[in-house]
Amino acid sequence: MIQTKNINRDLITEMEILVPEAFHIPEKQRRYRFITISGIVILTVISLWKLQINPFTIFFGIGKFFQMVMMFFPPTHGGWISEFIYAMGETLAMAFLGTLFGFLFAVPLGFLAAKNIIPSTIIHIVLRRFFDVIRGINTLIWALMFVNVAGLGPFAGIMAIIITDTATLAKLFAESIENVDTSQIDGAKSTGAGPIQIIRYAFIPQVLPIMLSNVLYFFESNVRAASILGILGAGGIGMQLYDRIRIMNWPQVFFIIIMILITVAVIDTISKEIRKAIVANPEYRP
Amino acid sequence: MQTQEYQWDITLGLKTSLFEEQRNKQLAKRRIYTVVWIVLFAAAFLFSLVIGDVTMEKILNLPAAWNYLKETIPILRMNSLGYDVGVWYARGDIWVGHLVDTILIAFLATFLSVIFAFVISFPASRNLIRSTSVFFLCRRILDIARAVPEMVYALLFVFAFSLGPLPGVLAIAVHSTGSLGKLFSEVNENISMEDVEGIKSTGGNWVQTIWFGVVPQVLPNYISYTILRLEWNIRAATVVGLVGAGGIGMELMTAIRQFQFKQISAITIMIILLVFFLDWVSEKLRHQLIGGEKLI
Repeated sequence: MIQTKNINRDLITEMEILVPEAFHIPEKQRRYRFITISGIVILTVISLWKLQINPFTIFFGIGKFFQMVMMFFPPTHGGWISEFIYAMGETLAMAFLGTLFGFLFAVPLGFLAAKNIIPSTIIHIVLRRFFDVIRGINTLIWALMFVNVAGLGPFAGIMAIIITDTATLAKLFAESIENVDTSQIDGAKSTGAGPIQIIRYAFIPQVLPIMLSNVLYFFESNVRAASILGILGAGGIGMQLYDRIRIMNWPQVFFIIIMILITVAVIDTISKEIRKAIVANPEYRP
Repeated sequence: MQTQEYQWDITLGLKTSLFEEQRNKQLAKRRIYTVVWIVLFAAAFLFSLVIGDVTMEKILNLPAAWNYLKETIPILRMNSLGYDVGVWYARGDIWVGHLVDTILIAFLATFLSVIFAFVISFPASRNLIRSTSVFFLCRRILDIARAVPEMVYALLFVFAFSLGPLPGVLAIAVHSTGSLGKLFSEVNENISMEDVEGIKSTGGNWVQTIWFGVVPQVLPNYISYTILRLEWNIRAATVVGLVGAGGIGMELMTAIRQFQFKQISAITIMIILLVFFLDWVSEKLRHQLIGGEKLI
C-alpha cells in the first residue's frame, strides 16, 4: 500500500506518528544520554582542577618529552649487552619460579576453597576473602615490602609473584573445580573409589587442562610484571632500565625497552604454541 | 557353531594383538614427550634457581617477612579504640585526598584513552579501511602503545612532566589506548556489514558510514570494555605513584621506604577497600548495562 503512494510530507508525518523511534531518540534514552555526558564533563573538569593539570605544564612537558624521544635514537647497548641479557635472564627466572611455586601452592588451596570438595561454608568464605585481600595488593607493592625484608635482587620479585599468583590462581582453580561435571564423580564413586581416587580420576582430568592453560597465561603476564619489578629494586631488567633513566642514558633506555618488547613477544608466541599442544592434545601431556 | 566361535576367536586375537601394538606405539610416543618435557623443565628450573639468586640462606630468612607483616599490625586496645584508630589514621585526611586523586587519575586516563582508541580503532579495522598501509600503521601504533607497561611510561613521563599526577594520567592513558584500541577494532571487525553498505548506498562518506553504520552496532561493547578498563586503570593508578606519578602510591612508597609500619597497613587497607568497592560497582554497572536500559 505504501509503495503505491508518493512519498510526500503527509506520508512522513503519518509514519512519524506510527513509528516515532525511527525519527526521534526516545525521551527516556535522551535523558540518560544527557545525564551521562554531563556527568563525564563535570568529572573531567573536577579532575583537571583537583589534579592541577593546566595547559602550560602539558605543553612544556610535551616539548621536553619529544626532546627526550629524539635522544632515544639510535638505540645502543653501549657495551652492556651481557649485563642486559643476564638481567633479562633474571626477569625470566623470576617469572618462571614465581609462576611455578604460585601454581604448586594454588592447587591444594584451590581444592580447599572449592565448595564441592570441602562443604564447610566458613572455610569457603574465609579462604575466598583471604585470596581477595592478597589479590587486592598489587604485585609491585608486595615487591616493595619484600625488598625491605630480603634485600635488593630477584628473590624479592620471586616472592612477590608467588604471593599474588597463589591467591589469584587458587581463586580461579576453586571456581573451575566447582564447575566440574558431576557425572564423572558419580562414575568414580560407583566403582568404589575413595576420596583421593575421586580427586585423581574424576576431578584432575577435567580441571588439569584449565589449570595448565591458566598457568601459561599467568606466566606470560608475569614476564611483563617481572620486567618492571626491578624499578622498585626487585631485580631483573627493570633495575637496569631504572638506572639508565636516572643517569639519562636514553639510547640504552630505548635499547632495553626494545629488548623487553621482543622478549615479551617471543614468550607469548612460545606459550601460545605450548598451550595449543598441551591443552588440545591429551597425548602430548606428560 | 563351533567353527564360528573358533573363527571369531582368531579375529579377536588378531584385533587384540593389533590393539596392543598400537597402544605400545602410543605409549612409546608419549614416553618420549614425557622425557622431553621433564628435561626442558628441569633445565629451566635449575637455570632459574641459579640466576634468580635463590639461596638456602634467603629461604631460611623468610620468617623475617612474617615479622615484617606483624610489625604493620597496629596497636588497638578495646578501652581506647577511638584514640588508637586516630593515631593509626593520623594522616587519614591526606590519604583520602590522595585516594580521590587516584580515582580521578584513572578517570581522566580512561577518558583520554577512550577518545584516542575510538578514533584509531576504525582505521585499524580490516573491514572498514581499504588502504593496507594505513591499517598496518594504526595497528602497529596500538601494538606499541599496548606492549610497553604503564610503569615504564610513568618513569619516562615523570622525567618529562616532573613529579605529580599528570605523568600518571598520561602513562595510563597511553597504555590503555593500546589495549582499548585493539579490543575496539576487534569489535569493529565482527559487525554486520549490511548497515555499512546501506549507509554507503545512500551516498554517505567515510565518516558518515562509520558514525551511522558502525557506531550504533558497536557502542554497547565499547561501553562494557570501557568500564572494565576503568576498573583496571584504578588499580594501575594505585601503583604509578610508586615511581612518583601521583595518587595514593606516592604515600605508600614514602611509608615503606621510611619503615613507617603502621602507615603501611593503614594505606594498604584503604587500597584494598577501594578495590573491593570497585569490583562491586563495576559488576553492578555491567549487569545493568546487560539487562537493563540503554544508557547512551
